[in-house]
Amino acid sequence: MAEAAITLQNVTKRFGSVEANRDVSMEIRRGEILALLGENGSGKTTLMNMLAGIYYPDEGKILVDGKHVNIRDPKDAYALGIGMVHQHFKLVDVFSAVENVMVGGGKKRGDVREARAKIREICDKYGFSVDPDKKVYDMSVSEKQTLEIIKVLYRGARILILDEPTAVLTPQETEKLFAVMRNMKADGKTVVIITHKLHEVLSISDRVAILRKGEYIDCVDTETASTESLTEMMVGKKVDLNIERPQVEKKQLRIEVKGLNCYNAEGVQVLKNVDFELYSGEILGIAGVSGNGQKELLESIAGLQTVLPGASIIYHPPGGKEGVELIGKTPRQIRELGVHLSFVPEDRLGMGLVGTMGMWENMMLKDYSVGRGIFTDKKKPRELAEQVRKELKVVTPGLSTPVRRLSGGNVQKVLVGREIAAAPAVLMTAYAVRGLDINASYTIYQLLNEQKLSGVAVLYVGEDLDVLLELCDRILVLCGGQVSGILDGRSAKKEELGRKMTTVEVAADAGV
Amino acid sequence: MQEYKNSREPLIRLTKRDSMPLGSRIVVRLVSVVLAMLVCAVLIYAITGINPLVVYRTMFEGAFGSKSRIWSTVKEMMLLSCIAIGLAPAFKMRFWNIGAEGQVLVGGIVTAGCMIYLNKLPSALLLPVMVLCSILAGALWGLLPALFKAKWNTNETLATLMMNYVAIQLTSFFVAKWENPYGSNTVGIINQSDQKGWFPQVMGSRYFFCVVLVLLLSVMMHIYLKYTKHGFEISVVGASENTARYAGINVSWVMIRTMLLSGAICGLSGFMAVAGASHTISVSTAGGRGFTAIIVAWMAKFDAATMLLISLLLAFLQNGAGEIASKCGLNDYASQMIIGILLFFLLGCEFFINYRPVFRHGKKKEVR
Repeated sequence: MAEAAITLQNVTKRFGSVEANRDVSMEIRRGEILALLGENGSGKTTLMNMLAGIYYPDEGKILVDGKHVNIRDPKDAYALGIGMVHQHFKLVDVFSAVENVMVGGGKKRGDVREARAKIREICDKYGFSVDPDKKVYDMSVSEKQTLEIIKVLYRGARILILDEPTAVLTPQETEKLFAVMRNMKADGKTVVIITHKLHEVLSISDRVAILRKGEYIDCVDTETASTESLTEMMVGKKVDLNIERPQVEKKQLRIEVKGLNCYNAEGVQVLKNVDFELYSGEILGIAGVSGNGQKELLESIAGLQTVLPGASIIYHPPGGKEGVELIGKTPRQIRELGVHLSFVPEDRLGMGLVGTMGMWENMMLKDYSVGRGIFTDKKKPRELAEQVRKELKVVTPGLSTPVRRLSGGNVQKVLVGREIAAAPAVLMTAYAVRGLDINASYTIYQLLNEQKLSGVAVLYVGEDLDVLLELCDRILVLCGGQVSGILDGRSAKKEELGRKMTTVEVAADAGV
Repeated sequence: MQEYKNSREPLIRLTKRDSMPLGSRIVVRLVSVVLAMLVCAVLIYAITGINPLVVYRTMFEGAFGSKSRIWSTVKEMMLLSCIAIGLAPAFKMRFWNIGAEGQVLVGGIVTAGCMIYLNKLPSALLLPVMVLCSILAGALWGLLPALFKAKWNTNETLATLMMNYVAIQLTSFFVAKWENPYGSNTVGIINQSDQKGWFPQVMGSRYFFCVVLVLLLSVMMHIYLKYTKHGFEISVVGASENTARYAGINVSWVMIRTMLLSGAICGLSGFMAVAGASHTISVSTAGGRGFTAIIVAWMAKFDAATMLLISLLLAFLQNGAGEIASKCGLNDYASQMIIGILLFFLLGCEFFINYRPVFRHGKKKEVR
């Protein structure tokens, strides 16, 4: 058996009264690809940050090559040959690739030529491609990530830690990354990859280490693992991985979108001639690689986007009354028209909730202005907060605890709870289960199904194709801001969905 | 690649605290004041050889030694808190209003103008007119940067800061225009003979009215920020403009409305400075209070009662330090130094409220 590159012994790390890691003992073997698996908040990133010198353990020891070391800062980590690529890139935007690689390396500017040569050498060796003189602000997400990895290799890392590298990549880019990782392994490097996508774990890793609630559970050989066994270890109990899809008979047209075109702040067209219809009593899934217009589509309906003239979004209220045009109206105007539209945006704390406020104050975010008088009504939101907390089992020290201090799953429950409590006719959710653990995800699916059964039109933007295929009645696929197809959720195949996500088969460009 | 040299665990590292109970928070702050005074004492003795206790007593006497001194300290406290109250809503909205100095000055200019040109009016009418005019002038000074920000997303820090210089130049212009006596290059005491437009004397002091006005304002601001719909909107915009838009808040309008209010209250404190205190106008009417009030507002985290307390502390320091400068034969810099050291410790102790140092052997160090 290969020897241990890094051994952790009884490592504990606390933040205030929260234990992020408790008594973790594990080893990372030389020359392996180790996947670190766990639900969000299980302490994967904290644990790796201690190896990278970002945090210092409160208790326990770290051994590198069998010797006890104290990693006080990232410099110590590099000196030991440990390099980490963080989930949020740490690059200087206005610097070129080569400058970024040299920053903090203690070299003078004069060594640029040498650095450039070394970058090229690294690229050839592992199969990267990067232009050393390209500025970071001109780079795509995947290029930035490549640069981060090169930076780590340039500094002589033997042990690489990649924190959720695939979260921002398309499937093709992920494949490329995995190829590079295999090359690195062949070269004798040790790679640790943090992820919570099980199929990736199964395809790339040699061994899987599982963390749950800050504690080390087990480490298994990937060959002997399956999706079910890994889930069970991750969650701590058997999870029924089936999602219900009840059928609703009576459906009514609720929202009609026609000719929607939209540019983002950078002047790029993000929605092209989008047409679709949304019915009550259905869940319409929206599939697509992240950043293909999903955000803008939902925001257009919610009145938060400026769209090109000629578009039309008609809301047909229940009861067969006349439709209402939503384009050109602000969120408040839309609400005042009696349109019961609930929206769970992708950016929970940056848009859906106020992170610094408590649960009860967030409950009144959308209807604080209801009622006469200049004072806010505090009683109702408090009652609502208490109700949401009970019904959705939100874990919080108190209704006034700032919601940003809650875990991701609880933050999402607060947001979804508020939006559902508003008794919507249309419910839009963007990545409703992103970052949620399996239990919380299934709670959300169930809530969405309940809404659908009560006649709500649900728009579900998702990223997990399997979930989309199991949960949704119909699936609209967005590719490059265009509708590349609307499929029946009951009969569609995953391959078909994946193909439509990357190619628009119908030339729908006419008129743009 | 540099060679790794194994070393010991770092001597001190910092971990974030959960949250500190109110009691310990007060203790930490008191300890920091005591420490600051100790450091000052050592410095004073080391440099001048004067007994620090004498210096501190002189300071106290300078601020509270006689009735008129008490009133003078109170006046300073009120002017400072009034501006801080004005700044609070803007800062709570994360709108960096650095322009209080200018807003105070224009409030002062129009107040002085009213006193000079409208001195035929009876006092009962003149004072309300002065209040109204100063409020309008301050509001206008606050409105312009807000409009630019709302319309073109200009940087409000620069805009409000630059508006200060415009106000200072305007003041110079009016000082030259209203010069009295001719050639003195000052406006002199306005309406000294008939005291038109001066605050009436209550309880033996003209400053009594300032106290009433500021206390009233601070109660109202407390209620406004905490319990009204406007206050809620300000908090949401301050936390995240995106969230505010999502919630259906008209961000531009909230910005403009809040800056009107902020400027208006700052203008009103210009009115108090002129009609209630100095009865004259000069470029030093605001006297840097517009900037000091920023410290007051932030240290108090926009809580009205705390702002009063911090203003009192700063007013005490200023008056007391002035006294030691003259009494103990120390120059002005000595008092500036004491103020500086005290503020350093007070701001520094916030760090220990948020973080906890952990020492090498794993022993936790409690409060400080």
